[in-house]
Amino acid sequence: MSFKYDGFMTAAEASKALASREVSSRELTQATLERIAAVDSKVKSFLKIIEDQALSQADRFDANPQSFPGGLAGVPGALKDNICMRGIETTCGSLILEGWQPPYDAGVVTQIQDSGSVVIGKTNLDEFAMGSSTENSAYFTTCNPWNTRHVPGGSSGGSAAAVAAGEVFWALGSDTGGSIRQPAAYCGVVGLKPTYGRVSRYGVIAYASSLDQIGPLTRTVEDAALVMNMISAHDPKDSTSYPEAPPDYTKSLKRDVSGFTIGIPREFFGQGIADPVAQAVMDSATVLERSGARLIDVSTPNVGYGLPCYYILAPAEASSNLARYDGVRYGMRVEAGDHAEMFRQTRERGFGAEVKQRIVIGTYVLSAGYYDAFYLKAQQVRTLLSRDFEQVFSQCDLLITPTVPTTAFAIGEHIDDPFQMKLSDVCTSPVNLAGLPAMSVPCGFSDGLPIGMQLIAPAFAEERIFQAAYTFEQATDYHKARPSI
Amino acid sequence: MKLTVEEVTAVANLACLALEEDEKERLTGHLNQILEHFAELQKLDTSDVEPTDRVLPMVNVYRADEVKPSLPREEILAAGPLTNYEAFIVPRVVDSSDGKSA
Repeated sequence: MSFKYDGFMTAAEASKALASREVSSRELTQATLERIAAVDSKVKSFLKIIEDQALSQADRFDANPQSFPGGLAGVPGALKDNICMRGIETTCGSLILEGWQPPYDAGVVTQIQDSGSVVIGKTNLDEFAMGSSTENSAYFTTCNPWNTRHVPGGSSGGSAAAVAAGEVFWALGSDTGGSIRQPAAYCGVVGLKPTYGRVSRYGVIAYASSLDQIGPLTRTVEDAALVMNMISAHDPKDSTSYPEAPPDYTKSLKRDVSGFTIGIPREFFGQGIADPVAQAVMDSATVLERSGARLIDVSTPNVGYGLPCYYILAPAEASSNLARYDGVRYGMRVEAGDHAEMFRQTRERGFGAEVKQRIVIGTYVLSAGYYDAFYLKAQQVRTLLSRDFEQVFSQCDLLITPTVPTTAFAIGEHIDDPFQMKLSDVCTSPVNLAGLPAMSVPCGFSDGLPIGMQLIAPAFAEERIFQAAYTFEQATDYHKARPSI
Repeated sequence: MKLTVEEVTAVANLACLALEEDEKERLTGHLNQILEHFAELQKLDTSDVEPTDRVLPMVNVYRADEVKPSLPREEILAAGPLTNYEAFIVPRVVDSSDGKSA
């Protein structure tokens, strides 16, 4: 085999190499498995590698490549372990689902298989996608490939680290309050949270159903467009799935933003945003200005209320979604006398501390006497936040903000400070509350750790994000930087 | 407004969570910290604001009432922690002699 994989070929390059028969999908898959074997002991991205299934998916492509034209056919990727794949253990990072094998495929898995792509494994996450560091995983903490003493972010930390470390060509994450974009920023990769409804949620283990959305983590903007082309579709099995056909996102990969007005919302650059982060994002805005965009200052006055609003609504929905884990139909059971005690002990042993905390918060804010003061209030604030975004998008096409206030924190740094950790969602969670699409794009480094900028668009205007992100990426070199893992 | 350990225990009971003693203490501390941040929202006047529970402008999604294949029973039962190949086995919830809850 003449093919040499350095771990950092892009998915688009791999796709071209397959098309020209320079390499087979089996060779690509084996090269990926070798790369994982070489670096995963340091990064710890994967909860599970499915070598046999991956190779048989690769062989299926190789036997008939002409029936899977283009896209990511034959190009191996990974799934966050809250996305169900038939017959493959799916833990959601929790002990309560240890050993559980879903009897069905998630909507996105069906899309992946129909397109002839290859899934190589399941990546680590904070338990039930609740967290910002993977430190809440019941299994282990993933390390940031840029500095393994630092967190990769979360909750899709395994997917972000796997892509950053060159272990896979693409990965899927899920984003409820920033869980794709925050780890993308921390690991120096591209991460997109699509518009709510753009990608099927069928078969993604629910955290907060009105906020959850699946999306790509990749090394380039072009690769993110390829993943979006593969996974965006209407799915009748998800009643919140958007019925209109998605566009071809690769058509938006133009090196030009003339005619774009990009808003800089001042509230996103306030207290708590580290100077190097604010500086890198402002410099990035200037890069876009040089490529033809007009920059304007805008204001989203209520965005500061996004974080408390999110930390009421998400746990409220989670407390309801996680009621299903009772030790009856799947997962762990602790036998303990009568049925009520069995439920209580199963949930006590099966869930970790952060999950229990959010269930208790969610139950509290929904309980009689507190519903109006917390839950209803937060839903009203959600309306105000959506109005803020509507108002600014009457003045501009896109917003540019930091993705996260700082670079990746050290493992263990925030473990005893529940609110400090949650502050990393301050720029991302308002976007979920409004249901908008947003992408984190690598835009700098501080002390050797990556910085991400966030591009936010109106609902279903992902194409604008792709165009601006591609323009920025082609004008800069941040996507070419590699961790020395 | 500060939550007590007793109140947290009562809420945990509503959520079917049996917490260890030290866990109750720690959780109460964390919750009180978080509630302080929630109080921020009270600064906003929302008396005339409609609540948002979904962001897509979609209403009910209907489909034809047709029978479609569902997952085979044995595959669903295979995931259960305790089954007898036709049902999930759980502790008895009704008393066999008088029909009352156990």
